[in-house]
Amino acid sequence: MQITPEDAMSATLSTREVQRSRSVMASFLDSDIWYSFTRSWITMLAALITLVLIVSAIFAHQIAPNDPFNLESLNLLDGSKPPFWSADGEWRFPLGTDQQGRCVLSSILFGMRISLIVGFLGVLLAASIGITLGLIAGYLGGTVDSVIMRIADVQLTFPAILIALLIDGTMRALVGTARSEVLVFWVLVVSIGLSFWVQYARTVRGSTMVERNKEYVQAARLIGLGNITILFRHVLPNVVGPVLVIATINMALAIITEATLSFLGVGLPPTEPSLGTLIRLGNEFLFSGEWWVVIFPGLTLAILVLAINLLGDWLRDALNPKLR
Amino acid sequence: MFAFILRRIGQAILVLLTVALISFSLFRFVGDPTQQMVSQDTTLEERLQIRKNLGLDDPVIVQFGRFVGKALRFDFGLSYQTRQPVATLIGDRFPATIELAFASALFALFAGIPMGVYAGLKPQSLLARLFQTVSLIGISLPTFLIGILLIFVFSVSFGLLPSFGRQGTVNLGYWTTGFLTIEGWRSLVLPAVTLGLFQMTLIMRLVRSEMMEVLRTDYIKFAKARGLKPRAVNYGHALKNTLIPVITITGLQLGSIIAFAIITETVFQWPGMGLMFLQAVQTVDIPIMSAYLLLVASLFVLINLIVDLLYVAVDPRIRISGRAA
Repeated sequence: MQITPEDAMSATLSTREVQRSRSVMASFLDSDIWYSFTRSWITMLAALITLVLIVSAIFAHQIAPNDPFNLESLNLLDGSKPPFWSADGEWRFPLGTDQQGRCVLSSILFGMRISLIVGFLGVLLAASIGITLGLIAGYLGGTVDSVIMRIADVQLTFPAILIALLIDGTMRALVGTARSEVLVFWVLVVSIGLSFWVQYARTVRGSTMVERNKEYVQAARLIGLGNITILFRHVLPNVVGPVLVIATINMALAIITEATLSFLGVGLPPTEPSLGTLIRLGNEFLFSGEWWVVIFPGLTLAILVLAINLLGDWLRDALNPKLR
Repeated sequence: MFAFILRRIGQAILVLLTVALISFSLFRFVGDPTQQMVSQDTTLEERLQIRKNLGLDDPVIVQFGRFVGKALRFDFGLSYQTRQPVATLIGDRFPATIELAFASALFALFAGIPMGVYAGLKPQSLLARLFQTVSLIGISLPTFLIGILLIFVFSVSFGLLPSFGRQGTVNLGYWTTGFLTIEGWRSLVLPAVTLGLFQMTLIMRLVRSEMMEVLRTDYIKFAKARGLKPRAVNYGHALKNTLIPVITITGLQLGSIIAFAIITETVFQWPGMGLMFLQAVQTVDIPIMSAYLLLVASLFVLINLIVDLLYVAVDPRIRISGRAA
């Protein structure tokens, strides 16, 4: 899958470049990782599902059958329609509608898009904080190291969801009641980022402590490079490998965290719903028999998280030389 | 050994002081405490007098000391919303959360360990594979979704169990319990299963992998060679040794059960501390937030401490390394 952008680019490159990229592809197809990928049909299925979900989230505007946010296009007469296979269902609304006549499938597509963006930005922030602190702690050692790692220990005592909830609550209190949707979005991203950095910091610190004694670091120091250059240009590329695995698994966790916060009513508002918000709103209709309003967003969330988890599990095993 | 215990207790106090500091800063710097006590006609002098009476003009370190002193006596002030003492509010809600956490921990243990033992003894059997698949789904599904699905199946579709609230409680003075009536048990089932499912899958996977690991060791082979019955080998020798990590994980998970209770209590409208905390977050009721934070932190630290000490008591190898360090 990593080949596709390179493949597309190679069309405009010189023949030599093409040959090189072909050989990159060949060596990738020959690698252990690709082999273990093709050996596990469940991983391939998970990759396919993840890909389909991400692509349909990106192109939500193009493929959504209806626009759930355009209030003018909503018709109350279309409200509470069941999915298409029921007697009252219509093909216009494949997965039915809620009470206001919003198309459930379209809401899911847009909701998934927001869930994925928040999850991705949250993981990105967590990884940036964790990698930076881990590099500094591992490279400098001493007091800086113990201060950072003690903070990490204290934070690790508490489940991430509780920390996210607390940060979210505090920031809401600080920002005040007059808050905009954009602000709520970033509050969520920051809460997730600050809740998940510890794992990255611990991993990166460990490998940095090994790397800092190697000759290339001493050589870089000898020619007078600054600490920051050495850390980010020279050490970072050598310690970033395991981060990929953590990031994949964390992506699933971040999506769950966002959905949970939104479900609890301290996440994204109904005007900009994520999957969690959709589930919270739909939950109120569960008892009136309109199960599709809550069950379909729920299933989407479950399938998305399960697929990413399976990919993460496979990646961890494939990159772990002990298990080969 | 003594040094180890002292160091652990020192760490625990440090963690608690950190949390107390966060809790105090919430109290002191997020929102103005006097805002809740004054009306529009309060003059500036009166406002200053209130600040002085509350001690808000003292140095921050003195205020922090006073905050910790009060917290030790369970004095967290009045809730902004209900104007009742926070300690009373929490005291009313405490039994509901503890009974829920206790029930779900028991469920997780008594379902998780047998499933794990079975899957570890017969990893290739159909049932064991089924357990593995179910546990993967259990880990991937968010708690609130499990709750909704259970409500959908057992309350909406079949009408077997109540879907919200805590019914049939009996007041025993300081403690209201739901364990004494059938109604109480019925309303406990779905929340407890929802909350315990994640821990159950965790325990099951742990017991399974530990079992498989232990069964490969030499002393198990030797026990088999001596002609001991499979029952004695599997349960007397193997299971006993897998249980040490299970104790630790279960202990540590008790803390996250209390944290995840926030979600379960919201789904089932269970009148516990978590639901109260969430409502406090939504209405920015700082006294309740900071009190809950301190309480949960104390519970966590206490559980971690007990687990650490238990571990030392159970496993002699740790005692040695603890002395060496």
